[in-house]
Amino acid sequence: MTNTLTNALTDNTIAASFRLAYPGDKADGFSLDVDVTVPGNGITAIFGHSGSGKTTFLRCVAGLETADSGELTVKGDIWQSASHCKPTHKRPLGYVFQESSLFPHLTAKANLDYAIKRSGVPFSQDLYERVLSVMAIAPVLPRYPAQLSGGERQRVAIARALLIQPKLLLMDEPLASLDSARKQEILPYLERLRASFDIPIFYVSHSMDEVAHLADHILVLEQGKLVAQGNLTEVLSRIDLPLKFGEETGVIITGEVAERDNQWHLVRIAFDGGELWVRDGGDALKQSVRVRVLARDVSLALASHDDTSIVNRLAVEVVEISQDQDEAMALVRLKCGAEYFIARLTQKSVHQLQLEPGKHAWAQIKSVAVVR
Amino acid sequence: MKSKLMHLLQASCLLLLTFVSNLAAAEVIHVAAASNFTAPMKQIVKEFEQISGHKVRLAFGASGKFFAQIQHGAPFQVLLSADQAKPLALEQAGYTVPKSRFTYAIGTLALWSVKPNFKVEDASVLSQGAYNKLALANPKLAPYGLAAVEVLEKLSLKEATRSKWVQGENIAQTYQFTGTGNADLGFVSLSQIIVNGQIKQGSAWIIPDHFHRPIRQDAVLLKRGENSEAAQALLRFIKSEQAKKIIMAYGYHPPALERKAEIKS
Amino acid sequence: MIFTEADMGAIYLTLRLATTVTLLLLLIGTPIAWWLARTKSWWKGPVGAIVALPLVLPPTVLGFYLLLAMGPNGVIGQFTQSLGLGTLPFTFWGLVIGSIFYSMPFVVQPIQNAIEAIGERPLEAAATLRAGPWDTFFTVVLPLAKPGFITAAILGFAHTVGEFGVVLMIGGNIPGETRVVSVQIYDHVEALEYAQAHALAAGMVVFSFIVLLGLYGFQRKQASLGMKYGG
Repeated sequence: MTNTLTNALTDNTIAASFRLAYPGDKADGFSLDVDVTVPGNGITAIFGHSGSGKTTFLRCVAGLETADSGELTVKGDIWQSASHCKPTHKRPLGYVFQESSLFPHLTAKANLDYAIKRSGVPFSQDLYERVLSVMAIAPVLPRYPAQLSGGERQRVAIARALLIQPKLLLMDEPLASLDSARKQEILPYLERLRASFDIPIFYVSHSMDEVAHLADHILVLEQGKLVAQGNLTEVLSRIDLPLKFGEETGVIITGEVAERDNQWHLVRIAFDGGELWVRDGGDALKQSVRVRVLARDVSLALASHDDTSIVNRLAVEVVEISQDQDEAMALVRLKCGAEYFIARLTQKSVHQLQLEPGKHAWAQIKSVAVVR
Repeated sequence: MKSKLMHLLQASCLLLLTFVSNLAAAEVIHVAAASNFTAPMKQIVKEFEQISGHKVRLAFGASGKFFAQIQHGAPFQVLLSADQAKPLALEQAGYTVPKSRFTYAIGTLALWSVKPNFKVEDASVLSQGAYNKLALANPKLAPYGLAAVEVLEKLSLKEATRSKWVQGENIAQTYQFTGTGNADLGFVSLSQIIVNGQIKQGSAWIIPDHFHRPIRQDAVLLKRGENSEAAQALLRFIKSEQAKKIIMAYGYHPPALERKAEIKS
Repeated sequence: MIFTEADMGAIYLTLRLATTVTLLLLLIGTPIAWWLARTKSWWKGPVGAIVALPLVLPPTVLGFYLLLAMGPNGVIGQFTQSLGLGTLPFTFWGLVIGSIFYSMPFVVQPIQNAIEAIGERPLEAAATLRAGPWDTFFTVVLPLAKPGFITAAILGFAHTVGEFGVVLMIGGNIPGETRVVSVQIYDHVEALEYAQAHALAAGMVVFSFIVLLGLYGFQRKQASLGMKYGG
């Protein structure tokens, strides 16, 4: 894990410290106490269950919520200190809300112009065209927000946030208000956004699926406290976190497309420690891809079996075993070369196989999804 | 001064009269009275109820409104107007019991100020003109207002003062304008500012009778009271010496003391 | 012509009063409505109740207290005298001030409701787009709350035209200065000039009817627009 503290003084980090409490007893009161430094590039997921304080944290960063005490430095600019707090409209940020926040009295075009007029930087036709093409919204510009689909509205809202030319883009569950089909429709736009614009993004979500697709870093919040942070791959491969991801527990492996099997429509992904065959998603050879392996799809055998339907078998070493939130289940952290996997097994299996750290086994992986 | 015996006699006569003439249960009657007559009327009714055993429900207000209400079926048996015109008009329109109309009081006009720097004693304060506003009741609507204008005409000050007039819709409002100090001077009814024969606040010029035509206030028995013993008894009581004493105590002249003849119907 | 010269004077004066009051109320009422719509302060309740008082108080009560307050010994009266303006009762500007109190809820409440209906989100969105508070007010709040402002202006105007009790208490019935239509009607009725009263009163009824008809038509149109565009 990167020691984020050493980066605190350089100019390419975002250091945030917020403390606030809403009055109320333990049941309905809420407090946030977060002190964190994250890299000033890529997408930082702010993950947590509802009520964990992730949206409040984002609103504090935006200045929409005033913390009882807070400090915020974005790439060298002080947005908030003990003595001074810049109001939201003086912070060079973009914000995409959970549900459409387009002005209903303005057309999509006029909504974009609203941002361009106030961006404080000269208008760039090039940027404008790039934003329109990445978000693919040119055809809907003359329409009013009420005449747009939910997905189109969010794409216009994201475009509007980009055209303000922010130093930091904040997104508060931008897909939460959409049904799952629409989510799948928008996710590619977000991936293109990530690839096309060099803007650090804070992305609040409670969906591990979205996080796995998009994030480079992750902050995990629970009850207003930071419980884990760091590189996404590292954090997801840990099994000692107090916060359990349940059915969504799983790891991210980054590898490269090494071979295409046109007969069976599969590609081989090579990573440091092994290889995985996955469905051919059309990725080019040599391209770096990210795959997600869920703990529930990983089983263990002490010997290698050829007589199963499972294609992917990897030699692994047990590193750590911990209790899952379900009493009957255990999480087993497995090392495979430089990468880690997690297997979710019954406690009974752990006992029968006499699993313990240092033991070698075969991981059978039922399903792998390419997420990027 | 009348002797105590005389009073006692009168009272017992009335009591007897009421007792004899009204063996049936006591009545409840509804009476409409001009707002300038509020204070004396309350006392009159109190004494009347003690003597007669009847109940009187009083409504105070502007005579013009009562006039319209009576024409449209308001349940009053007796009207005590602030003027003569409305009882007369009602009589001509057939809403009253013939020959029941009479003058129950004659109002006294006073020029009044609550400001300590105004010593109102005579008309000089008007002619000097060193005041901000002159409050008077609307002469079109209120007899006291009409009388006030007559006083100003008599003093040849009507045109000179007109720009300073502020008009109350009735004499009660004129009193408010003056009493709150918003108008330095005001023509009010003496009954409004007198307590036990004394001006209760500020200073006033009680305007002599010859400055204006008398402010006659007429009462009338309405058709609805034709068969009401109580209504008739009340009107008789208002004419009694006992009631006249109350009326005079509030700064009105009782009709017996004035000299001129009443308007012919 | 069914109206006398005095009637015409009263009509002109009434329109001048209502216009002045409506314009001033939009200026004064908007910040109050804004504050009431958005504050979380404990004072919201008491201030809202004070603004709404004229809805339930008899106008004569309001008028009586204004007469006292604006009088030479009242708070407002002391203030205006110290400015060398004299006292306000029996003047046009006295009526303006009385009418502002009297018509305040009719202007503040529609604006307040409209601002509340906008909600927090568009204002926050504007802030994240670098719009300062004034910018947000003119480019977001005003257009979104426009129906509320129009309703407020119409109601404030019509209510001032229909005002009577307060004017009666502080007006003093001065032609061209404080003798408005409602007082003129009252005078006609009291003086038993029923024909004159009818002419003015009927005019008032027709005016009020047309205003309300226009208002409801406008609101219905806004409602159907809202269905079409209000995402």
